[in-house]
Amino acid sequence: MTDFSAGLWELLLRGVWITVQLTVYSAALGAAVAFVVGLARTHRLWIVRFISGAYFEIFRGTSALVLMIWVFFVVPLTLGWQLVPMWAAVLTLGCTYGAYGSEIVRGAVAAVPPAQTEAGIALGFTPAQRLRKIVLPQAWPEMVPPFNNLLIELLKGTALVSVLGVGDITFAAQLVRNATGDSAPVYTVILVMYFVLAFLLTRVMRLVERRAKAGVGRSAPSGRTVIRKAGPGPRKDLVADSSATGGAA
Amino acid sequence: MSAETEPTPQIPRDTGTTREVIRLDQVTKRFGDNTVLDQLNFTVDAGKHVTLIGPSGSGKTTILRLLMTLVQPDEGIITVDGEQLYPAPEKQVREVRKKIGMVFQQFNLFPNMKVLRNVTEAPVTVLGMSKDEAEARARELLELVGLADKCDAYPTHLSGGQQQRVAIARALAMRPQVLLLDEVTSALDPELVAGVLDVLRDIAHSTDITMLCVTHEMSFARDISDQVLMFDSGRVIESGSPEKLFGDPDHERTREFLSTIL
Amino acid sequence: MNWNWTTLKDFLPSFWDGLLVTLQALLLGSLIAFALGLFWALAQRSRLKVVSWPVTAFTEFIRNTPLLVQLFFIFYVLPEWGLTLSALTTGVVGLGLHYSTYTAEVYRAGIDGVPAGQWEAATALSLPRSRTWTAVILPQALRRVVPALGNYVIAMLKDSPMLMTIGVLEMLGEARQFGSQTFHMNEPIVLVGIAFILIAYPASLLLRALERRLVR
Repeated sequence: MTDFSAGLWELLLRGVWITVQLTVYSAALGAAVAFVVGLARTHRLWIVRFISGAYFEIFRGTSALVLMIWVFFVVPLTLGWQLVPMWAAVLTLGCTYGAYGSEIVRGAVAAVPPAQTEAGIALGFTPAQRLRKIVLPQAWPEMVPPFNNLLIELLKGTALVSVLGVGDITFAAQLVRNATGDSAPVYTVILVMYFVLAFLLTRVMRLVERRAKAGVGRSAPSGRTVIRKAGPGPRKDLVADSSATGGAA
Repeated sequence: MSAETEPTPQIPRDTGTTREVIRLDQVTKRFGDNTVLDQLNFTVDAGKHVTLIGPSGSGKTTILRLLMTLVQPDEGIITVDGEQLYPAPEKQVREVRKKIGMVFQQFNLFPNMKVLRNVTEAPVTVLGMSKDEAEARARELLELVGLADKCDAYPTHLSGGQQQRVAIARALAMRPQVLLLDEVTSALDPELVAGVLDVLRDIAHSTDITMLCVTHEMSFARDISDQVLMFDSGRVIESGSPEKLFGDPDHERTREFLSTIL
Repeated sequence: MNWNWTTLKDFLPSFWDGLLVTLQALLLGSLIAFALGLFWALAQRSRLKVVSWPVTAFTEFIRNTPLLVQLFFIFYVLPEWGLTLSALTTGVVGLGLHYSTYTAEVYRAGIDGVPAGQWEAATALSLPRSRTWTAVILPQALRRVVPALGNYVIAMLKDSPMLMTIGVLEMLGEARQFGSQTFHMNEPIVLVGIAFILIAYPASLLLRALERRLVR
């Protein structure tokens, strides 16, 4: 590992910065998609529920890599304009992981006891006020742990962009491997880098969770392992289907 | 007990002419095949305290939920203070609904807000009251229910009885003309019931608020009620003063029911 | 959209080949994930710290790093250590290993979900520890985990296109090869995309039905 020159380290670190940016932008887009689609899926009009539900099922059934390649290679050919690879990646990751996130939002909103909404009605709140002041503040702490899992999935998903030639960690590692002709050191190093990023993300989300729970007068949970969060379902489809049973259609 | 009929007992605070504040006309409510309310008619005059009793599933709670617009009737007309609540356009429903407050069996405090904000939130956002005014009034009401020192606690840190008293203060903060009480003590541990009932007695005797109350606490009902309605299978089978209904009911079903709970 | 049905027809033979490879990788990868995951779950519960701790650390590490990089690691690094695997074998091992760390969590939850009274009853009957596991605990735990395991098979299906990057000609690999030979990328990749939805959606409906039956 010591035979990396300073230039190769710099290449990798620049890759880390690209990966971090990709994660942040995709997470922002994904969060917006998750809340819009997730809330639409609890709407009282069936047509809104149907359209948002279709969005969820389609993106959940799609492979992110296939979609990314389609957006990157095929959309420019047919529409005639080229998307910057970075933004093609953000668009794909945001829409895909946003779809998974919508299930978290929907499940958490559906899990707020109906009695809370009734109390809101009894006090004369409008539906928008009930959502903003009563339902979302209570649903939010429930969303944080699964969002943490999803964020780590997203972080791992950003490695796919190396296929498009975006210079993230994984892409930089390929360059380093070509330069040194040695695979073991560089791939070990970047695996550790990803792990550290995931660890930091989890720390941040723990903090968010603690604050969210304090905001509803509950104490924060204690995590068991270094990185694992407490709660059900570590991954996208598990997240999706464990909460699907509790929801109303 | 006195056997004379007295449909309108004399109440000192009942000043001026009587005025209908709640009116149900031919209201029917079904859940699936089950008819919970069957072409029900009844009225409540302003300032009166009416208690609904009857076996579970007889439709008492459904009436409160209909008045709070938590469920919609299948047929019939509901009028509150001269204005139609059902059927009515959404905007009118929202206006009329402000005249009604409700206290729930499970309290339903908002766990994401501290006690004080539970009480001030609706006056500020719904009635447009200033924050200072709402807070001053909330503190008064919390004083009234004996919880002035709990303003900054979260609901989850209170006992059931304390939560229910906050819920009462929260409902009163909206200055409703009508207060609906839905089995407000049945989720409480026995030793906490008295505190809540004392608060309600106090409110019943010191204000002119109209109360519609579903309860199994017969001594409380006897204390505060002007009128008691006995429900069975979605109909009112008997109504009268608490003395008459508890002491010398006419109806066999009423007698059976009372013997099971007294 | 310039869409050409003839192009699509030309791609079909390669598509079927690719589908076969995808399903093959999925089946073998699942078998590894199911078996290895159970092994991890049991090892994590070991009373010996020297067993449970390294296994927990290893599975945490694998689960929190990208499958794509792990595939590269197996594909490029293992040969340097003298172990050369074919592209498809690499893909199957990578998928299986990565998802075994998820199935381990599923098994763990399933085992934790067996009521404590079951352990106590087994002790009261003086059942040996191995018998307690095989006859009492696992049969109850495995029943609950079937739907969750199924969800990971679907997740694995959607990750299988990554195998293209190490040269496996699964569905996406076939589409890319076809595209680079004919310069028609649109039709094959749309077909592949739809194929994923057509497999994943009914499968997830099936699992939801199964979940209602098994878990409740």
